[in-house]
Amino acid sequence: MSEKIVVKDFNFYYSNHKVLSDLNLTVKANSILGIMGPAKSGKTTLLRVLNRLCDLIPNIHVDGEVFLDGENILLPDLNVDKLRTKVGMVFDKPVPLPRSIFENLAYSPRIHGMKDKRKLEELVEKSLKLAILWDEVKDRLHEPATKLSGGQQQRLCIARTLAMEPEVILLDEPTYGLDPISTLKIEQALQVLKKNYTIVLVSNNTWQVARISDNVAFLLMGELIEYGSASEIFTVPKDKRTNDYISGRFG
Amino acid sequence: MATRINPEFVQRAVKIQLFGLTGFTIGILFFIICFISIKGLPQISFEFLTSNPVDMGRSGGVFATIVSTIYLIFVALVIAIPLGIGAAIYLTEYTRESWVTHIIRFGTECLAGIPSIILGLFGFAFFVMALRLGWSILSGGMTMSIMLLPTIIRTSEEAIKAVAYELREVSFSLGVTKWQTVTKVVLPAALPGIVTGIVLSIGRCIGETAVVIFTAGSSLRLPGSFFDSGRTMAVHFYILAREGISMPNAYGTAAILTLSILIINLGAYYIMRQFLKKM
Repeated sequence: MSEKIVVKDFNFYYSNHKVLSDLNLTVKANSILGIMGPAKSGKTTLLRVLNRLCDLIPNIHVDGEVFLDGENILLPDLNVDKLRTKVGMVFDKPVPLPRSIFENLAYSPRIHGMKDKRKLEELVEKSLKLAILWDEVKDRLHEPATKLSGGQQQRLCIARTLAMEPEVILLDEPTYGLDPISTLKIEQALQVLKKNYTIVLVSNNTWQVARISDNVAFLLMGELIEYGSASEIFTVPKDKRTNDYISGRFG
Repeated sequence: MATRINPEFVQRAVKIQLFGLTGFTIGILFFIICFISIKGLPQISFEFLTSNPVDMGRSGGVFATIVSTIYLIFVALVIAIPLGIGAAIYLTEYTRESWVTHIIRFGTECLAGIPSIILGLFGFAFFVMALRLGWSILSGGMTMSIMLLPTIIRTSEEAIKAVAYELREVSFSLGVTKWQTVTKVVLPAALPGIVTGIVLSIGRCIGETAVVIFTAGSSLRLPGSFFDSGRTMAVHFYILAREGISMPNAYGTAAILTLSILIINLGAYYIMRQFLKKM
């Protein structure tokens, strides 16, 4: 498997506070990387670096390199809008745009030049099917997306990201606050999606990380404590802190 | 031990008093509307609305003043809406809070504090005299737009700020540029608030006299173009009443003024509700 994302000697500062330090990490193509760690360990920050959404935060400073397909995405003159179409993101809180289900999915493709109605319809259907939401909404595509339940809204957000046809999908606690059935559906969807996409998942739910990740990174206070395959980390963790965390002794 | 007032009793007493105060406010509004309607409604007829004033307004209708008012509102809004919304977008989306934004905001607040008569004088000196536009709908509308800017900037800014930040994040994360995000997500969501500001502005246009007398004049003829002088309904009412020309016609004009503000408010409210249902 090839390396999709490479993070090299990466540091992230907010004002004068170091949020991430000396990070070295690779994400293999067509796999799921699970990032776990207690609150404030820099998981979300790392995710937001990968699509440069961190640019929105004032007073930040980064050094090091982050490569996507061998191209440094930290360069200041990089076209971030183009990067974000390649690296999609799903947030911890489902945020449907205040428009219909169909229009939520068509929003990004249409702005990026897809005008043909037939093609858009096909894309919407395909994306909703991948997010395991199609059967529930196929008869009410033109109803407001805000009418969906929380779990459906989150799958809509995944479908909306997929409709952009990205290469990487970043998920920030995608099942936060959802019921077990919605969580299961999202996890099933992710298992299928990794065949065609590279997925980076941040989760506070250690068991979720264990269930669906191929590789796992454990962050603590902005430092990468351990990185390896899920089976290794959850059976024979090398670091005592990892062991303490996964056995629920802190965090 | 001193007698302690029962909190339950205080609670009930306060509730009644607050209700009374609110009721008083509504009562004043109701009284004014009734007073104007009783005095003015009998004057209003199809004839009154569609014929021009005759003999300085002693008889005839108010058609020319309605047209002048609409022209003036049109000119004022055409200038104030793009400027105001543009400034609001800049202040909320394209700058971070800093001393510059504080100064801009302080400036708009000062602009809002200028008495309209002073603004009228400025309009007279600048648009009417210096730019040689004369007493005209154009001079009046431009001066009026200065008066409206603070309201439109303020209400648009509040409306734009009230749009959830997450919506912008989502839009950016979908590879959409800032400007596209503003036009496709932020402005539509802020529209109800922005329209409220615009409706308030129309109300102020309809009611304003000082600015109009100084800049648009008080000609009773039907304005043929924006370069003609014109007399708005509010000015017409002022002159009829102040110079004792015709009190019945003054009240008739006042009733139309009040009614049109009421209708505009209700209409805007209805349109907004229809719009919100679709979202």
